[in-house]
Amino acid sequence: MTSTVSFLTTKPHLVVIGNGMVGHHFVEQLIEQSGHQVFDISVFGEESYLAYDRVHLSEYFTGKGAADLAMTDGRLYDEHGIRYFTNSLVTEIDRAEHRLVLQNGETVPYDKLILATGSYPFVPPIPGHQRDNAFVYRTLDDLDAIRECANKVTRGTVVGGGLLGLEAANALKNLGLETSVVEFAPRLMPVQLDDKGGSVLKGMIEGLGVKVYTDTATKEIVAGDDAFHRMNFADGTHLETDLILFSAGIRPQDALARQSGLDIGERGGISVNNHCLTSDDHIYAIGECALWENRIFGLVAPGYAMAKAAVGHLLGHAGVTFMGADMSTKLKLLGCDVGSVGDAHAQSQGCKVFVYQDEISQSYRKMVVSEDGKKLLGAVLVGDNSYYDTLLQYYLNAIDLPDQAQSLILPTMDGAPAALGVDALPATASICSCHNVSKQDIHDAVCNGALSVADVKGTTKAGTGCGGCAALLKKVVDNELLALGVEVSTDICEHFAYTRQDLYNLVKVEEIKSFDALLHKHGKGHGCEICKPAIGSILASVWNDYVLKKEHISLQDTNDRFLANMQKDGTYSIVPRIPGGEITPDRLIVLGQVAKEYGLYTKVTGGQRIDLFGATLPQLPEIWGKLIKAGFETGQAYGKSLRTVKSCVGSTWCRYGVNDSMTMAIDLENRYKGLRSPHKIKFAVSGCTRECAEAQSKDIGVIATEGGWNLYVCGNGGMKPRHGDLFATDLDDATLVKYIDRVLMFYTKTADRLQRTSVWMDGLEGGLDYLKSVVIDDKLGLCAELEARMQHVVDTFQCEWKTTLEDEDALQTFRQFVNHDGDDNNVVFVEERDQMRPATALEKQQLIAKVG
Amino acid sequence: MAMAWKSICKQSDLVAGAGVAAMVNGEQVALFYVPESEHQVFAIGNWDPLGKANVLSRGLVAHLQDKWVVASPLYKQHFELTSGQCLEETVSVPHFQAKLENEQVYLLLP
Repeated sequence: MTSTVSFLTTKPHLVVIGNGMVGHHFVEQLIEQSGHQVFDISVFGEESYLAYDRVHLSEYFTGKGAADLAMTDGRLYDEHGIRYFTNSLVTEIDRAEHRLVLQNGETVPYDKLILATGSYPFVPPIPGHQRDNAFVYRTLDDLDAIRECANKVTRGTVVGGGLLGLEAANALKNLGLETSVVEFAPRLMPVQLDDKGGSVLKGMIEGLGVKVYTDTATKEIVAGDDAFHRMNFADGTHLETDLILFSAGIRPQDALARQSGLDIGERGGISVNNHCLTSDDHIYAIGECALWENRIFGLVAPGYAMAKAAVGHLLGHAGVTFMGADMSTKLKLLGCDVGSVGDAHAQSQGCKVFVYQDEISQSYRKMVVSEDGKKLLGAVLVGDNSYYDTLLQYYLNAIDLPDQAQSLILPTMDGAPAALGVDALPATASICSCHNVSKQDIHDAVCNGALSVADVKGTTKAGTGCGGCAALLKKVVDNELLALGVEVSTDICEHFAYTRQDLYNLVKVEEIKSFDALLHKHGKGHGCEICKPAIGSILASVWNDYVLKKEHISLQDTNDRFLANMQKDGTYSIVPRIPGGEITPDRLIVLGQVAKEYGLYTKVTGGQRIDLFGATLPQLPEIWGKLIKAGFETGQAYGKSLRTVKSCVGSTWCRYGVNDSMTMAIDLENRYKGLRSPHKIKFAVSGCTRECAEAQSKDIGVIATEGGWNLYVCGNGGMKPRHGDLFATDLDDATLVKYIDRVLMFYTKTADRLQRTSVWMDGLEGGLDYLKSVVIDDKLGLCAELEARMQHVVDTFQCEWKTTLEDEDALQTFRQFVNHDGDDNNVVFVEERDQMRPATALEKQQLIAKVG
Repeated sequence: MAMAWKSICKQSDLVAGAGVAAMVNGEQVALFYVPESEHQVFAIGNWDPLGKANVLSRGLVAHLQDKWVVASPLYKQHFELTSGQCLEETVSVPHFQAKLENEQVYLLLP
């Protein structure tokens, strides 16, 4: 990838070496502050890809492609006249001449230089470390090589039990290998955890089938007897394995700086000051290659802060400096929560410690407090990170601890940890450390009109980095909205002082079967176009009655009322169900014949069905009579219900398919076709990770893997696109259906009126993890009920059009006029591209003029 | 001109809580049957002046701040059933006096 912007310019030339996350962030910041108008900018990257999200690198093995991880497709650079060169290794800095030498021999002049060269994985110099089938875990190319090898072997071993090592072990496990971890130190994650924490984590990880060897030094790697490698340990024992992955820490990539004679730290790293300026006034260093006060910062947030400081200095903005960074971190490793805050090892002078350990549910928590017990200095969490946000805020903002400080790590009886009210946070509290957004910034954004979490994310970027602050962000935004007096009333309308979720529960628990009964018991007045369809939908979700029953008919909104989609001229479109998009030639012919007979406009929909437009009210039952006779069912395109399950042909036909996506799509569509839900629901099933069915943009997305199915939930195309979240991997058919049953019913039970799954998910306190705990771990003890409810819906499915054709009363309501046989004379069609379409107002006038 | 009650259709042609369309002197009229209201039946023009289609009879009947209204099925503006006045915009649709008698629906027409 190379841009085509010309070098001819009079502006000073700024060159960025390195296009990782930090190098890219630097460019973004520079553009945001109009630096591209001051400098002529070139970016050189050694890899063949532009910047990608290395923090989420492991997701490359669980369904994400290079494009998903990409942080830019080059458009941002092109639009701002920034040249970029991938596959371009800079081999020399000629500081005297102010020019760079590239590997291909070309030279490039510079006026200002930014080194964002990152780090490289440290490979311990164990004899045999250069053997084949030994890898590091840093780039997409590394991952491609690992995957290729893993496909052929059965056993994999990670050397290094730190944060990155465990991340890599997770990747090997996901690739289906029998996985071991070998750590030199006496415990896992020696930097972040204490002995106890490390041993609890070890127990948890071993419980997942990963073998852990701590306190183990590898003496040499030689050819194995029954595996590719044999690792001989210092204590005389050994381990046979096919694949070795070195993840024993990182080292700053400072080769260029060394070559050109910049100041380097004793143990590596390019020395920088608070402006990230190196010992050369024209050269800055940022990110993992930079050494600030003898420290390397191996996290992305400090790298971003350095990028900001360098941009500030380049553009002459005083006051933006790098002053170190907090290295607290929380993450999920192999499914285990691990958190570390501040002084995790209790090394501060005179500090005191609280410890809580639960060997039954395997969790461990430690708080390090100041000698007087007033301030939190550090913490270690293993097994449950729900305590992390509160502890971090106490730590970062030096808030006085409450009297019973230990309560912050003790389990509370109702299951939720005691949270710090967001009111207690000072304005300077950092809410999102990736993008350095403070509580004050959020307050300002809300005051300037950002009235939802999504809006605040858009204006401040909070929550768009690692996403760890999502729950806290929501609380702060809600709190700010309340403070502003923005009424966050949750009443559905003036007739019911309840949320949709309350109404759902009332209907279910009190076995209420009609709107009138609910209104009489819990509402007031006579209902409106908000509560009527919402309750109509709830009644349908819970009892699955025929929606045009006498007591339900007046509740139905525009499209449900006549079981078809009203178009702008008052005619309707008809969408029969075509499960999975699979249709026989005979049925296709029937659709053609019906469309021809009634002169309908015909179009293929995005959901792989066929939409027939222009039917009048009285034509609807006639047309459906013919469709049902030919074996079609209603497609419920009019309902807040399951629309389609889009699919590819999968392993049946496709050379690349790994599973039968076609059958799965049809089965899923037939299972959920009757479900009435808070909003429409779309599914897709892809037969391999090429993802032709675009499952990640659907409410429920299923992607075939070698090991079964990966399930994605709460994606959305439409107005606010959102990628689905990976919910579970390598599921068998039965588990997949079970999880979908539960997710959909939990959504139907708890979402707001007209809330798509994506918005529902964004609003769920605890987000994806919470949904997993409800659906997979049955945290609320609801799973059996959710499944039973879904089974009821499946068992009581009826084609609403079939029922309607058998119901004389309902058919009466499809008359155009109750006292007259004519048509609506305002419905006028003209021809375009050999089909009819509604005439425009102007065309109607002209037509009437001609007739008149 | 003298006004007179004219029979339009049978009560059984109506749908409780909702609307139907009728043709009256060459104009489309939307008839609403709301058993719990004092009036029982309402009649307004079927033409939605904002959505520009003959659809008001197919809207949802609602009761908002003591007024009986219909929400247009196209873009959801409310029209008052007694006056034809739109609540959101300064437009209105024709309205007619209507009554139920002997299971027949009558409109007062010129």
